[in-house]
Order: sequence, then structure tokens, then C-alpha cells
Amino acid sequence: MGTFYVDWAAVQTVLWTLLKIMAVVVPLMLGVAYLTYAERKVIGWMQVRIGPNRVGFQGLLQPIADGLKLLMKEIIIPSGANRSLFLLGPVLAIAPALAAWAVIPFTDTLVLANINAGLLYVMAITSMGVYGVIIAGWASNSKYAFLGAMRSAAQIVSYEIAMGFALVGVLMAAQSLNLIDIVQGQAGGWNQWYVWPLLPLFVVYLIAGVAETNRAPFDVAEGESEIVAGFHVEYSGMAFAVFFLAEYANMILVAALTTLMFLGGWLSPVAFLPDGIVWWLLKTGFVLFLFLWFRATFPRYRYDQIMRLGWKVFIPVTLVWIVFVGGMMQTPYGHLFH
Amino acid sequence: MTYTAAIFYFFAAILVFAGLRVITARNPVHAALYLVLAFFTAAGLWMLLEAEFLAITLVLVYVGAVMVLFLFVVMMLDINLDRLREGFWDYLPLAGFVAVLLMIEMALILGSRHFGLDVTGTPASRSADYSNTRELGRLLYTDYVYAFELAAVILLVAIVAAIALTLRRRKDSKYINPAEQVRVRRSDRLRIVKMQAEKRPGARIQDSGEGGA
Repeated sequence: MGTFYVDWAAVQTVLWTLLKIMAVVVPLMLGVAYLTYAERKVIGWMQVRIGPNRVGFQGLLQPIADGLKLLMKEIIIPSGANRSLFLLGPVLAIAPALAAWAVIPFTDTLVLANINAGLLYVMAITSMGVYGVIIAGWASNSKYAFLGAMRSAAQIVSYEIAMGFALVGVLMAAQSLNLIDIVQGQAGGWNQWYVWPLLPLFVVYLIAGVAETNRAPFDVAEGESEIVAGFHVEYSGMAFAVFFLAEYANMILVAALTTLMFLGGWLSPVAFLPDGIVWWLLKTGFVLFLFLWFRATFPRYRYDQIMRLGWKVFIPVTLVWIVFVGGMMQTPYGHLFH
Repeated sequence: MTYTAAIFYFFAAILVFAGLRVITARNPVHAALYLVLAFFTAAGLWMLLEAEFLAITLVLVYVGAVMVLFLFVVMMLDINLDRLREGFWDYLPLAGFVAVLLMIEMALILGSRHFGLDVTGTPASRSADYSNTRELGRLLYTDYVYAFELAAVILLVAIVAAIALTLRRRKDSKYINPAEQVRVRRSDRLRIVKMQAEKRPGARIQDSGEGGA
């Protein structure tokens, strides 16, 4: 085994990486806080209400106040609950939502870990998010929580397949799993973005993304009119807030991935403006706005309709389009699909 | 001890512990969760071997899909632990025999004579831009395409068989074809009759504010 010695270079690397992680997580958490504010404001305006406007200027301190309130509240553990798993649930919900950000590039140089199999890594990590929901639902020892967890698990597993196939289309067009290479493949203006050749896959990915994050109109996992609040009905205080954070962090993640894979990431839509992180933020913000818009517009799906949409509509659409793209790549028009 | 070796022993310790807990945990849900931990840790070990595609696929397929369905089923079952443990001592000799046989078989094949570092050697370390995924894909679809296609056909047969086994038409199902549902027009179901407003002879005029609340 040899003698153990302290590798100062390794220690320095670890500390430096920790700092970089903080540089990603802190803005992300602020983004989550203000996404909740934006959601309440946007939906308020869409319903001709004012939205939060009491705490701070125009209600801008509202998310901070909400966070403080949840921090102060007691975490109640139900007497029949499985204590260790009950506490593990929120951790398993937020950990994948944050870990996936390790490979998300903000510009071609601004990325925490630029790895070859970035797209695969994101898919693998986000597929683990469902454990938080299932464990929370089971450990709560409550019918409503359990039903919510079961619904959520079935829904997430179903939509992950369509989502994965949509990403296969992107992989075919970019011929790389590296997220930076995928964005670079879309260089040359707005008409080069993969959203055009892969339009059906883009639509499937976006809708499957809404379903994956359990957002309206696919939010049957927490359908308050049927099962109170679904899987997190027994959670209070910060434990509840962690689920909330995870949901919104996942929303931002799906929006960021949509931006990177279909909307050209940080690339400028027109040649005379420089590329930059501003475009990334604008596009991600637009996709997030779509999420809020969906929530304000559509009524909740019925559960069998969700399953039918996932299995009988989305998966066939993606399969057909993948074969079509593969076939077209062999024709003289193949350059349109690269 | 280098950094990599330290990581290896850390992961190996977790893997062995999780594997042991899978078979010793009393609660089946705990056992399934320890299996998830074991898969995840094994993926970490594969990552150390620079097999990133296999490692990530292990997490994606086994942790992200198979074990979710597994947990799904285990949570719904009403498992009686005492009945499961009934007859433990009766089966122990047979199980012990099988276990010893397995150990002997593994020792014959996996001994250091066949798998030691002097036999297989350390795999060559690749540069960072070497894509394990691309190489694996090339091999699967060129050199091993027949084996790959055969495996795919077997899986397809398994899928068809599983669906055929569980597919049954329920007589009490109220299922309506969604295509018919969306094709319904107003004129099929609703008839609007235009007529003058009439008053029941002798009735008092109702208080109009009554139904408002």
C-alpha cells in the first residue's frame, strides 16, 4: 500500500473545486428564489391580479421572507413514519437536481466539468431524482403521500423514455455527447439551431420536461383536489422547502438543457451581436416563462391521459423522427440535419 | 497510497457493506435501497476503470429505471417478514451447499493465476479526449453487429411475451377511445330549442337573489 502522504496539490484542487461549486450553486439558489417570485407575479398578471407586492419594493423580498419563515418552522416527523428514510427523502430529491449542474456549460469556457459524456451524465443523474419522491411518499406512512409517490414514479419513468429518445436525436445531429460540442454544432445564426431540424423532438422534450418536473398540467403527483399535496403532504418547515427548491432547480435545469440542445445555448441568434452568457440567460428565461405560462393556461391532465400521451404519442413520434433524421442524413440533404 | 487507490478502497468498502445489507436488512424496502447504493457505488468503480459509458449506463438503466420499478412493487406488496423467515434453518444446508459450490467455481476461474496484474496487466490510460462511448458504439455496430442484433431480437420477444401475458380485456372497463372522444361534435349530443320564456300559471315570481350565493 505504501506510505500515506498528504498530496497538497490534490487538497488545493479539492478546495478550488469547492469554490467553483459554490459559484454555481449560490446563483442557482438565488435563481430558484426569484423563480418562485416570478411565478407568482406572472401568474398574477395573467389572472389580472397584482401578485406579491408587500415585502420590499414591489414585493422583491418576498422569497427571502418565505425562506426565513420556512427555516423557523418546526420539522414534524409523523409518529408512524420511517424516521431515517423520512429525512433522507428531501436529500435525495435535491442532490441530483444540484449535481446535474456540474456539466452544464454557461459559455464555451465557463463550465465546472467539461466531460465527454456530459449528456449521458445529465440523463443518469436526473433519472435519480425520482427516489426522493418515492422514498418521501413511502416513509411518510400516509395514504395520500403514498399515492402521490406512486403516481409520480410511474409518470417520471414513462416520460424519461420519450425524453431520452429526444436526446438521441440531438446526439445524432451533433455527433457528440459533450454539451459544449452540441452548442458549437449550432453555430451560425438562429436558423442553424437544432430546434428546426428536430422540431418534433423539441416539442416532445419540452413537454416531457414539464412532466418530469411534476409541473402543471402534469402535477397529478401533488394534485391538491384529490390527494391533498401528494408525496410531501407530511413534510413541514425546511424539509418541505427542500422539495420546493428541488422542483424549481429541476425546472431551471430542464430549461437550461432545452436552451443548450435546441436553442443554441450562449450563441447569438444574429451574426452582428457577440455570443455570451446573456443569450444563455435570455433563452433559459424564455423557456422558464413557458413553464409558468403553461401552468396559468392548461387544466390538469387526467392520469390515464398522461400515460397515453407519454407512451402512445410521444414515444412513437420520437422513434419515427429519429429514423427519419437517420435516413435523411444519408441523402444529399443531410447537411440540413447536422 | 495514491488518491485513486484511496477512492477505490472507499468505494469498495461501501459496495461490500451495501451488498451485505441487501441480504441482511429486515425491511425489503431498505434492502432494495441498499441495492441502489450498491449499483451506484459499482458505477463509481467502473468510472475509475475509465469505462464511463458503462458506468453512466449502469446508473441510468439500473438505478434510474429498473430499481424504481422494483421499489414500486416492493412498496405495494404486503410482505409478512415472519412468514418469509419461516423454514430458514431447513433450507440452510441446501443454500450453504450451493454457496460453497459457487465459491469453488469462482475461485477456479477468478483466481490470481488467470486475472492477476501479471496476466491481464493494467489497462492503458487514455487521454481526456478519448471517447469510450464512440469506441463502444463502433464495436457494437461493426464487429459484433450480429451478436448485438440477436440480443435485440431476444429482448423484443421478451417484451412481446410480457405484454401478451398481461394483456386482457376487462369486461367492466369504462374505457372510451380518445379518438372518438375528441371527434364528438356538439350537434351529436346537444339540441338547442328556441322558445319564448313562459310562466307557470299561478306561480309567484321567485326571489331573484336566492340562487346568487
